[in-house]
Amino acid sequence: MEPHTDLVAMHMSDGIVNAPTSVIFGLVAVLGLALCVARARGDLDDRTAPMAGLVAAFVFAVQMLNFPILPGVSGHLLGGALCAILVGPYVGAICVSIVLLLQALLFADGGLSALGTNITNMALIGTFVGYGVAVALRRVATRSRGGLVVVAFVAAWVNTVVASLGFVLEYAIGGEGLALGTVFGLMTGFHALIGIGEGIITALTVGAVAAVRPDLVYLTRGAAPSLTIKDQGVRS
Amino acid sequence: MGAGHAHPLYRAGDSVVHRLPAHVKIVVAFVFVLAVVATPREAFAVFGLQFLLLVGVWTVARIPPGWLAARALIEAPFVVLAVLLPFFATGPRVEWMGMSLAVDGLLAGWNILVKGTLGVLVSVTLAATTPLRDLVSGLSRLRVPSMVCVIATLMLRYLEVIAAEARRMRLARVSRGHDPRFVWQLGATVRSVGALFLRSYERGERVHLAMLSRGYTGTMPAFTTASASTATWSVALVPAVAAALLAMSGYWAW
Repeated sequence: MEPHTDLVAMHMSDGIVNAPTSVIFGLVAVLGLALCVARARGDLDDRTAPMAGLVAAFVFAVQMLNFPILPGVSGHLLGGALCAILVGPYVGAICVSIVLLLQALLFADGGLSALGTNITNMALIGTFVGYGVAVALRRVATRSRGGLVVVAFVAAWVNTVVASLGFVLEYAIGGEGLALGTVFGLMTGFHALIGIGEGIITALTVGAVAAVRPDLVYLTRGAAPSLTIKDQGVRS
Repeated sequence: MGAGHAHPLYRAGDSVVHRLPAHVKIVVAFVFVLAVVATPREAFAVFGLQFLLLVGVWTVARIPPGWLAARALIEAPFVVLAVLLPFFATGPRVEWMGMSLAVDGLLAGWNILVKGTLGVLVSVTLAATTPLRDLVSGLSRLRVPSMVCVIATLMLRYLEVIAAEARRMRLARVSRGHDPRFVWQLGATVRSVGALFLRSYERGERVHLAMLSRGYTGTMPAFTTASASTATWSVALVPAVAAALLAMSGYWAW
């Protein structure tokens, strides 16, 4: 695998924010996820649980794919908007959290004490902001497949940039060393670029799914008219 | 392939650390890392002692340090951030080899470097001594909701499906004259991401039907792990508690 060269990777390591901040955002993550689990029960049955597992595995696999944005800096998929559009915000946030949890436990990617901040940024903020944008633009998304692809791109871009603002907030509360303005400029600047890659992958995936299996897209569920039987007037 | 039993960081063994129940190891790892993060950055000696605690765990687990060091390199991007801090931070500065470095930035960079390194070493130690299935069952013992454990189990299984599907698609591209040089391969991979998702999903659907016909009811078979006795807990928590005490000592002793 290509070595991770994210200069300001979204997977925060241990020690970037102090212990109280880690604990506070750990609690935020646990409470947020508890809410998601409670709300997700309605979205999940024995058929959609495998779908959620697949979406999580897909995000996991595609996060391994780093795309260069500047020399020496590369980004990878966060997956919030993708999950939200395909399986809904609650199941989507759970999927991204599972990816982050297992990456920290199995691959040492992202610190254990930073798990709360990482889940807050990428799973909670990223997924819900991405979904919010997609819902706001649902009218465009349901009009045509091209519209859906554009909405997926926009939602993924906004999701990436807003998730990076989560990092800025956490750094403001419990980080030390850099002036906040520098952190803000670096993070939003890089993530505005990473968001383009995120948008392209999200748009391509959602577009491909919508072309073949529109029934699998959570965002446009119920928008297409269901099949009706038309009486042709049987002649005999 | 390891069929869901192994993962890249696992190092098979039969030491005391390997045999500990997974949920105990997860708790110990979290407490240890939090203790490291809570240590004041000026308490340089405390970090050294915490590192020695880890060395002790590796000796018991019979993991060679070189093996660990190679796998801890995932942390490299954060080292870059740590190296940048002395140059960009504000505050009083010192001259060193003709460069003007911020004192606060040096300390902040050291802080990220040492805590990040110890944190990665703890994660790698946990991953090296705990097989995949045990990790998920350990999570379910720690009262992670069953829905999360089911999705996590399915995810780990689908990872292999996706990897195999991606290999097949790459083979198909190559056999049709695709030039598999790295950069071009990446472009084609990005373009075929959507197709990969659909193919994996439709295979997943067939897997799901196969599971149903074998009696799947929507829940995975019960995750069974041995519970841990008080004695096990008290032995396993020794390094974590020691790290926490060291962290506290850092506030007044150094």
